[in-house]
Amino acid sequence: MEDDLVLLDRLRAGDEEAFKALVARYDGALRRVARSYVRTDSAAADVAQETWLGVVRGLDGFEGRSSLRTWIFRILVNRARTRALRDARDLPFSALEQDDSPAVESSEFTRDGNWASAPPRLEGEPETSLLGAELREHLLRAVEGLAPAQRAVITLRDLVGLPAREVCELLELSEGNQRVLLHRARSRVRAALVPLVEVGR
Amino acid sequence: MPFWRRRARDRAQDPLQCREFVELVTDYIEGVLPESERVRMEEHLAGCEGCSGYLEDMRRLVRSLHEVPEPPPDPETRAAMLNAFRDLRGPS
Repeated sequence: MEDDLVLLDRLRAGDEEAFKALVARYDGALRRVARSYVRTDSAAADVAQETWLGVVRGLDGFEGRSSLRTWIFRILVNRARTRALRDARDLPFSALEQDDSPAVESSEFTRDGNWASAPPRLEGEPETSLLGAELREHLLRAVEGLAPAQRAVITLRDLVGLPAREVCELLELSEGNQRVLLHRARSRVRAALVPLVEVGR
Repeated sequence: MPFWRRRARDRAQDPLQCREFVELVTDYIEGVLPESERVRMEEHLAGCEGCSGYLEDMRRLVRSLHEVPEPPPDPETRAAMLNAFRDLRGPS
Protein backbone atom coordinates (compact mmCIF):
# COMPACT_ATOMS: atom_id res chain seq x y z
CA MET A 1 0.00 0.00 0.00
CA GLU A 2 2.87 2.36 0.71
CA ASP A 3 4.32 1.64 -2.72
CA ASP A 4 0.87 2.43 -4.08
CA LEU A 5 0.98 5.89 -2.56
CA VAL A 6 4.39 6.67 -4.06
CA LEU A 7 3.26 5.38 -7.43
CA LEU A 8 0.03 7.31 -7.19
CA ASP A 9 1.85 10.57 -6.51
CA ARG A 10 4.03 10.00 -9.55
CA LEU A 11 1.04 9.19 -11.74
CA ARG A 12 -0.87 12.21 -10.55
CA ALA A 13 2.16 14.35 -11.30
CA GLY A 14 2.07 13.09 -14.89
CA ASP A 15 5.13 10.83 -14.64
CA GLU A 16 5.14 8.91 -17.94
CA GLU A 17 7.65 6.32 -16.80
CA ALA A 18 5.41 5.41 -13.88
CA PHE A 19 2.44 5.03 -16.23
CA LYS A 20 4.41 2.94 -18.70
CA ALA A 21 5.52 0.65 -15.92
CA LEU A 22 1.94 0.28 -14.70
CA VAL A 23 0.67 -0.61 -18.17
CA ALA A 24 3.55 -3.03 -18.72
CA ARG A 25 2.74 -4.72 -15.43
CA TYR A 26 -1.00 -5.15 -15.75
CA ASP A 27 -2.11 -4.83 -19.37
CA GLY A 28 -1.67 -8.53 -20.17
CA ALA A 29 -3.50 -9.56 -17.02
CA LEU A 30 -6.30 -7.09 -17.75
CA ARG A 31 -6.79 -8.51 -21.23
CA ARG A 32 -6.76 -12.03 -19.90
CA VAL A 33 -9.43 -11.26 -17.32
CA ALA A 34 -11.49 -9.26 -19.83
CA ARG A 35 -11.42 -12.27 -22.11
CA SER A 36 -13.39 -14.27 -19.57
CA TYR A 37 -16.27 -11.84 -20.08
CA VAL A 38 -16.15 -11.03 -23.80
CA ARG A 39 -15.99 -13.26 -26.82
CA THR A 40 -12.93 -12.12 -28.73
CA ASP A 41 -9.36 -11.07 -28.09
CA SER A 42 -9.97 -7.79 -29.81
CA ALA A 43 -12.98 -7.01 -27.62
CA ALA A 44 -10.81 -7.86 -24.60
CA ALA A 45 -8.12 -5.48 -25.83
CA ASP A 46 -10.78 -2.76 -26.21
CA VAL A 47 -11.94 -3.34 -22.66
CA ALA A 48 -8.35 -3.10 -21.40
CA GLN A 49 -7.90 0.18 -23.27
CA GLU A 50 -11.10 1.59 -21.83
CA THR A 51 -9.85 0.52 -18.44
CA TRP A 52 -6.59 2.44 -18.85
CA LEU A 53 -8.51 5.52 -19.91
CA GLY A 54 -10.69 5.10 -16.85
CA VAL A 55 -7.57 4.82 -14.71
CA VAL A 56 -6.02 7.96 -16.18
CA ARG A 57 -9.25 9.91 -15.74
CA GLY A 58 -9.96 8.53 -12.30
CA LEU A 59 -6.56 9.06 -10.67
CA ASP A 60 -7.65 12.18 -8.83
CA GLY A 61 -10.77 10.54 -7.50
CA PHE A 62 -9.01 7.38 -6.26
CA GLU A 63 -9.23 7.45 -2.49
CA GLY A 64 -6.99 4.55 -1.62
CA ARG A 65 -9.67 2.53 0.13
CA SER A 66 -8.51 -0.49 -1.81
CA SER A 67 -5.10 -1.19 -3.30
CA LEU A 68 -4.31 0.45 -6.62
CA ARG A 69 -4.34 -3.00 -8.23
CA THR A 70 -7.82 -3.82 -6.89
CA TRP A 71 -9.06 -0.44 -8.06
CA ILE A 72 -7.71 -1.03 -11.59
CA PHE A 73 -9.20 -4.53 -11.79
CA ARG A 74 -12.48 -3.21 -10.44
CA ILE A 75 -12.63 -0.71 -13.31
CA LEU A 76 -11.83 -3.56 -15.68
CA VAL A 77 -14.56 -5.85 -14.35
CA ASN A 78 -17.14 -3.04 -14.61
CA ARG A 79 -16.12 -2.20 -18.17
CA ALA A 80 -16.03 -5.85 -19.15
CA ARG A 81 -19.52 -6.47 -17.73
CA THR A 82 -20.87 -3.48 -19.59
CA ARG A 83 -19.31 -4.70 -22.79
CA ALA A 84 -20.55 -8.25 -22.26
CA LEU A 85 -24.08 -6.96 -21.71
CA ARG A 86 -23.88 -4.93 -24.87
CA ASP A 87 -22.71 -8.02 -26.73
CA ALA A 88 -25.53 -9.96 -25.05
CA ARG A 89 -23.25 -12.18 -23.11
CA ASP A 90 -23.86 -11.44 -19.50
CA LEU A 91 -21.79 -13.39 -17.03
CA PRO A 92 -24.23 -15.90 -15.57
CA PHE A 93 -23.11 -16.10 -11.99
CA SER A 94 -26.16 -18.27 -11.48
CA ALA A 95 -23.88 -20.92 -13.01
CA LEU A 96 -22.85 -21.44 -9.41
CA GLU A 97 -26.13 -23.17 -8.66
CA GLN A 98 -26.28 -25.10 -11.90
CA ASP A 99 -23.01 -26.99 -11.79
CA ASP A 100 -23.39 -29.74 -9.25
CA SER A 101 -21.32 -32.35 -11.00
CA PRO A 102 -18.50 -33.93 -8.99
CA ALA A 103 -14.80 -33.11 -9.35
CA VAL A 104 -14.14 -36.63 -10.61
CA GLU A 105 -16.62 -38.82 -12.49
CA SER A 106 -18.33 -41.20 -10.11
CA SER A 107 -17.42 -44.11 -12.39
CA GLU A 108 -13.81 -43.62 -11.22
CA PHE A 109 -14.81 -44.78 -7.75
CA THR A 110 -15.96 -48.06 -6.28
CA ARG A 111 -19.31 -48.18 -4.53
CA ASP A 112 -17.64 -47.52 -1.19
CA GLY A 113 -16.16 -44.29 -2.57
CA ASN A 114 -12.53 -45.25 -3.10
CA TRP A 115 -10.58 -45.18 -6.35
CA ALA A 116 -11.57 -48.09 -8.57
CA SER A 117 -8.00 -47.97 -9.85
CA ALA A 118 -5.28 -45.39 -9.18
CA PRO A 119 -6.28 -42.15 -10.90
CA PRO A 120 -4.33 -41.19 -14.02
CA ARG A 121 -1.49 -38.77 -13.37
CA LEU A 122 -0.43 -35.71 -15.24
CA GLU A 123 3.01 -36.45 -16.60
CA GLY A 124 6.32 -34.92 -15.54
CA GLU A 125 8.45 -34.59 -12.45
CA PRO A 126 6.48 -33.66 -9.33
CA GLU A 127 8.34 -30.43 -8.61
CA THR A 128 8.15 -29.06 -12.14
CA SER A 129 5.29 -27.33 -13.85
CA LEU A 130 3.41 -29.21 -16.53
CA LEU A 131 4.25 -27.04 -19.32
CA GLY A 132 5.75 -27.47 -22.63
CA ALA A 133 4.32 -25.10 -25.21
CA GLU A 134 1.82 -27.69 -26.36
CA LEU A 135 0.53 -28.42 -22.90
CA ARG A 136 0.26 -24.75 -22.12
CA GLU A 137 -2.11 -24.45 -25.06
CA HIS A 138 -4.21 -27.33 -23.75
CA LEU A 139 -4.28 -25.72 -20.34
CA LEU A 140 -5.43 -22.35 -21.66
CA ARG A 141 -8.03 -24.00 -23.88
CA ALA A 142 -9.37 -25.91 -20.90
CA VAL A 143 -9.72 -22.62 -18.99
CA GLU A 144 -11.46 -21.05 -21.98
CA GLY A 145 -13.96 -23.90 -22.03
CA LEU A 146 -15.16 -23.26 -18.48
CA ALA A 147 -18.45 -21.64 -17.52
CA PRO A 148 -17.91 -17.86 -17.25
CA ALA A 149 -17.93 -17.48 -13.47
CA GLN A 150 -15.52 -20.41 -13.04
CA ARG A 151 -13.33 -18.99 -15.75
CA ALA A 152 -13.25 -15.54 -14.18
CA VAL A 153 -12.27 -16.96 -10.79
CA ILE A 154 -9.53 -19.32 -12.01
CA THR A 155 -8.16 -16.58 -14.25
CA LEU A 156 -7.90 -14.08 -11.42
CA ARG A 157 -6.64 -16.58 -8.84
CA ASP A 158 -4.33 -18.87 -10.78
CA LEU A 159 -3.33 -17.09 -13.98
CA VAL A 160 -3.14 -13.52 -12.65
CA GLY A 161 -2.32 -14.67 -9.12
CA LEU A 162 -4.55 -12.44 -7.01
CA PRO A 163 -5.29 -13.49 -3.43
CA ALA A 164 -8.73 -14.94 -2.59
CA ARG A 165 -9.81 -11.88 -0.61
CA GLU A 166 -9.19 -9.58 -3.56
CA VAL A 167 -11.05 -11.85 -5.99
CA CYS A 168 -14.07 -11.95 -3.66
CA GLU A 169 -14.07 -8.17 -3.56
CA LEU A 170 -13.73 -7.78 -7.33
CA LEU A 171 -16.40 -10.28 -8.26
CA GLU A 172 -18.65 -9.60 -5.26
CA LEU A 173 -18.53 -13.19 -4.15
CA SER A 174 -18.56 -14.65 -0.66
CA GLU A 175 -15.38 -16.51 0.27
CA GLY A 176 -17.29 -19.78 0.18
CA ASN A 177 -18.69 -19.21 -3.29
CA GLN A 178 -15.32 -18.07 -4.57
CA ARG A 179 -13.84 -21.35 -3.35
CA VAL A 180 -16.61 -23.46 -4.86
CA LEU A 181 -16.04 -21.80 -8.23
CA LEU A 182 -12.28 -22.22 -7.94
CA HIS A 183 -12.68 -25.86 -6.97
CA ARG A 184 -14.95 -26.66 -9.89
CA ALA A 185 -12.73 -24.74 -12.30
CA ARG A 186 -9.54 -26.53 -11.20
CA SER A 187 -11.25 -29.92 -11.14
CA ARG A 188 -12.59 -29.44 -14.65
CA VAL A 189 -9.29 -28.21 -16.02
CA ARG A 190 -7.62 -31.29 -14.56
CA ALA A 191 -10.29 -33.53 -16.07
CA ALA A 192 -9.80 -31.88 -19.46
CA LEU A 193 -6.02 -32.38 -19.31
CA VAL A 194 -6.02 -36.00 -18.19
CA PRO A 195 -6.86 -37.59 -21.55
CA LEU A 196 -4.20 -35.41 -23.20
CA VAL A 197 -1.29 -36.08 -20.88
CA GLU A 198 -2.17 -39.29 -19.16
CA VAL A 199 0.74 -41.62 -18.62
CA GLY A 200 -1.36 -44.23 -16.90
CA ARG A 201 -0.13 -46.10 -13.88
CA MET B 1 -27.92 -32.98 -1.46
CA PRO B 2 -24.51 -34.02 -2.79
CA PHE B 3 -22.49 -35.86 -0.18
CA TRP B 4 -19.77 -33.18 -0.01
CA ARG B 5 -22.28 -30.58 1.11
CA ARG B 6 -23.12 -32.53 4.21
CA ARG B 7 -21.93 -30.84 7.33
CA ALA B 8 -18.57 -31.81 8.68
CA ARG B 9 -20.05 -33.23 11.86
CA ASP B 10 -22.18 -35.69 9.91
CA ARG B 11 -19.08 -37.06 8.26
CA ALA B 12 -16.63 -36.86 11.08
CA GLN B 13 -17.28 -40.41 12.30
CA ASP B 14 -16.48 -42.09 9.01
CA PRO B 15 -13.07 -42.71 7.54
CA LEU B 16 -12.50 -40.32 4.66
CA GLN B 17 -13.24 -41.73 1.22
CA CYS B 18 -11.32 -40.88 -1.93
CA ARG B 19 -14.50 -39.51 -3.46
CA GLU B 20 -14.76 -37.07 -0.57
CA PHE B 21 -11.06 -36.24 -0.69
CA VAL B 22 -11.23 -34.91 -4.26
CA GLU B 23 -14.06 -32.57 -3.28
CA LEU B 24 -12.17 -31.20 -0.28
CA VAL B 25 -8.83 -30.86 -2.03
CA THR B 26 -9.26 -27.16 -2.88
CA ASP B 27 -10.25 -26.25 0.67
CA TYR B 28 -7.23 -28.24 1.83
CA ILE B 29 -4.84 -26.43 -0.51
CA GLU B 30 -6.41 -23.09 0.43
CA GLY B 31 -5.84 -23.90 4.08
CA VAL B 32 -9.42 -23.25 5.17
CA LEU B 33 -10.44 -26.65 6.48
CA PRO B 34 -11.27 -26.96 10.17
CA GLU B 35 -8.49 -28.70 12.07
CA SER B 36 -10.43 -31.96 12.45
CA GLU B 37 -11.07 -32.18 8.70
CA ARG B 38 -7.47 -31.34 7.90
CA VAL B 39 -6.33 -34.19 10.13
CA ARG B 40 -8.75 -36.60 8.41
CA MET B 41 -7.35 -35.50 5.04
CA GLU B 42 -3.79 -36.07 6.17
CA GLU B 43 -4.54 -39.43 7.71
CA HIS B 44 -6.15 -40.47 4.47
CA LEU B 45 -3.26 -39.11 2.41
CA ALA B 46 -0.74 -41.11 4.40
CA GLY B 47 -2.35 -44.35 3.30
CA CYS B 48 -3.66 -43.54 -0.17
CA GLU B 49 -1.33 -43.33 -3.12
CA GLY B 50 -4.16 -42.38 -5.48
CA CYS B 51 -5.14 -39.31 -3.49
CA SER B 52 -1.50 -38.34 -2.83
CA GLY B 53 -0.99 -38.30 -6.58
CA TYR B 54 -4.21 -36.39 -7.11
CA LEU B 55 -3.18 -33.70 -4.62
CA GLU B 56 0.26 -33.45 -6.18
CA ASP B 57 -1.28 -33.03 -9.62
CA MET B 58 -3.66 -30.33 -8.43
CA ARG B 59 -0.75 -28.43 -6.93
CA ARG B 60 1.20 -28.79 -10.16
CA LEU B 61 -1.80 -27.61 -12.12
CA VAL B 62 -2.02 -24.45 -10.02
CA ARG B 63 1.75 -23.89 -10.27
CA SER B 64 1.59 -24.36 -14.02
CA LEU B 65 -1.20 -21.83 -14.39
CA HIS B 66 0.85 -19.35 -12.36
CA GLU B 67 3.72 -19.83 -14.78
CA VAL B 68 1.79 -19.26 -18.00
CA PRO B 69 3.23 -16.05 -19.42
CA GLU B 70 0.88 -13.13 -19.94
CA PRO B 71 -0.28 -12.34 -23.45
CA PRO B 72 2.34 -10.34 -25.33
CA PRO B 73 2.06 -6.56 -25.23
CA ASP B 74 0.53 -4.71 -28.10
CA PRO B 75 2.83 -1.77 -28.98
CA GLU B 76 0.05 0.23 -30.64
CA THR B 77 -2.13 0.02 -27.57
CA ARG B 78 0.75 1.09 -25.37
CA ALA B 79 1.46 4.10 -27.58
CA ALA B 80 -2.21 5.10 -27.64
CA MET B 81 -2.45 4.80 -23.85
CA LEU B 82 0.67 6.86 -23.36
CA ASN B 83 -0.74 9.56 -25.60
CA ALA B 84 -3.96 9.59 -23.62
CA PHE B 85 -1.94 9.87 -20.43
CA ARG B 86 0.03 12.81 -21.84
CA ASP B 87 -3.14 14.57 -22.99
CA LEU B 88 -4.90 14.17 -19.68
CA ARG B 89 -2.09 14.29 -17.13
CA GLY B 90 0.93 15.76 -18.86
CA PRO B 91 2.40 19.19 -18.15
CA SER B 92 0.02 21.80 -19.52
